[in-house]
Amino acid sequence: MRLPRLVGLVCLLVIAVLTILGPSLSGFDPAKQNLRAILLPPGTDGHLLGTDNLGRDIAARILGGAQITLSLAALAVASAAAFGVGLGMLAGWRGGVTDRLLGALSDAVLALPGLLLVLLLAAIRPDSWWTLYAGLALTLWVEFFRVSRARTRVLTASPAVEAARLLGLGRWHVVRRHLWPDLSLQILTLAAFGAATVVTALATLGFISVGLRPPTPEWGVMMAELLPSWREAPWAIAAPVVALAATVLSLRLAAGSEG
Amino acid sequence: MAISLGKLTLGRIVQAAIVALVVGVVGFAMMEALPGDAAYRIAAGRYGYDMVTGAAAEQVRSELGLDRPAAERLLTWVGQTFTFDLGQSAVTGERVGHAIDHQLGHTVELALVAVAVALLIAVPIGVLAGLRPGSLFDRISAALAIVVRAMPAFLIGIVLMLVLAVELGLVPAAGHGHGGNFVLPALTLGIVLASVLTRVVRNAVAATVASDAFQFALHKGLPMRAAFLRHGVRNAAVPVVAYLGVQMALLLEGVVVVESVFSWPGIGHALTHAIFERDVPMLQGTALTLGLMFVLLSFLADLACRALDPRLNT
Repeated sequence: MRLPRLVGLVCLLVIAVLTILGPSLSGFDPAKQNLRAILLPPGTDGHLLGTDNLGRDIAARILGGAQITLSLAALAVASAAAFGVGLGMLAGWRGGVTDRLLGALSDAVLALPGLLLVLLLAAIRPDSWWTLYAGLALTLWVEFFRVSRARTRVLTASPAVEAARLLGLGRWHVVRRHLWPDLSLQILTLAAFGAATVVTALATLGFISVGLRPPTPEWGVMMAELLPSWREAPWAIAAPVVALAATVLSLRLAAGSEG
Repeated sequence: MAISLGKLTLGRIVQAAIVALVVGVVGFAMMEALPGDAAYRIAAGRYGYDMVTGAAAEQVRSELGLDRPAAERLLTWVGQTFTFDLGQSAVTGERVGHAIDHQLGHTVELALVAVAVALLIAVPIGVLAGLRPGSLFDRISAALAIVVRAMPAFLIGIVLMLVLAVELGLVPAAGHGHGGNFVLPALTLGIVLASVLTRVVRNAVAATVASDAFQFALHKGLPMRAAFLRHGVRNAAVPVVAYLGVQMALLLEGVVVVESVFSWPGIGHALTHAIFERDVPMLQGTALTLGLMFVLLSFLADLACRALDPRLNT
């Protein structure tokens, strides 16, 4: 394994452990305000990363934000992968009308740039985790669909699969022994890229106030809240910026980004 | 691989229809999700909240067909979207078409400058890296591209804003009107586009230089510069222009984000505003315009590919 990929995986592991432990790790409540202790520098009164413009503990909010962001990424990517790979195998296997219909459906999703589609779907009900989830899953499944359809088409035509069929082995056997081992690595790569897309999209929408809204401790929302305090407390906005950049970069490195 | 021009055009027309359908359905769903009774709200808009009565609301309901089944209203709504019957902003009362007319110019302006910035960054770096694959310059530019590409556009925008505008005070942080206002949004969008484009240029150049045809040009004695200008550029340009089609998605997403971050009065900014204010007619107009822009630009990229590479026309 190449070094960047290993670095990415190790960072992801650390991020995952911190996220699972969550805000309680900081010893503070991410929503608790203290207007007598705003914009404290890191390390004062037990606030590891200081406090924000309303005196809330930044470390607790970063960890709370990590839970929101990464749970969304995990769930959206898992659903997209399940749908995309399932439908992709179906289309690649059956061919004909099934293939054409599913292909048209995936083209329809690509008719708009991905972020624009998520933005529009999320607009139906503002400030809703579930609408964002639906929009992102709907945008992401296409990639999984295309890759698994193309691979399935090649593999089902291969002598190995033909032999398995002639031996009378069932569909399930072919999927488990021939398709899945071949596809699983590519799907993992796509999943890591997909997760990076979700994390980026959520923070972007939060920052331009069309995603989740305050007081949710979402990273993009936090940046929008802390940007005006840059002069007094540059460390405050640095926290969500570093958290977001580190997460996206680790995901992309782990996926094996070639630039 | 070769697709006839007619089929290509048809495909883009279908895409445009899908864009209109998606925008229409989203607008309708948003209308339905708004709290309260739509007929009462419209009646209140006409007669004022003090004068509106239940009877007036009922009259509006039958007049606008709000009492008809949802499926029928959805069809009418989508039909209006298809015919560009956009109505007026629910917040300012301005005609949507008029507002878009205004914003479109600003967006196109920004997009053109950003693409120029992207080319100015990507072409020199990509060509230099591609002519010597594996060199120190190539590796450093590759590492930079990976890092920059991982950064969301708005984050690049924040960093540039804090450094160039807040700390150094070189340019205005946001807004529109002076030449200086161009710097931050165009630079942000340009860097986002360049992070991908640099690698595309680099790979295209590296592949061209490694090809037999190009090596032959060198062997027959042409100096590198002449060989590249004569035999390299056009071949290397094909994948770069082909990639432009994909870039268009990045460009339009970037326009929405960057305009919103820097309060640039274009279509992307208007779209996020409309979403924030639940202004459905405005949302439909702006989303439809952005979507159709995407289709048109993708189509133009298709045509440019064909012009550069005659093999596609067979």
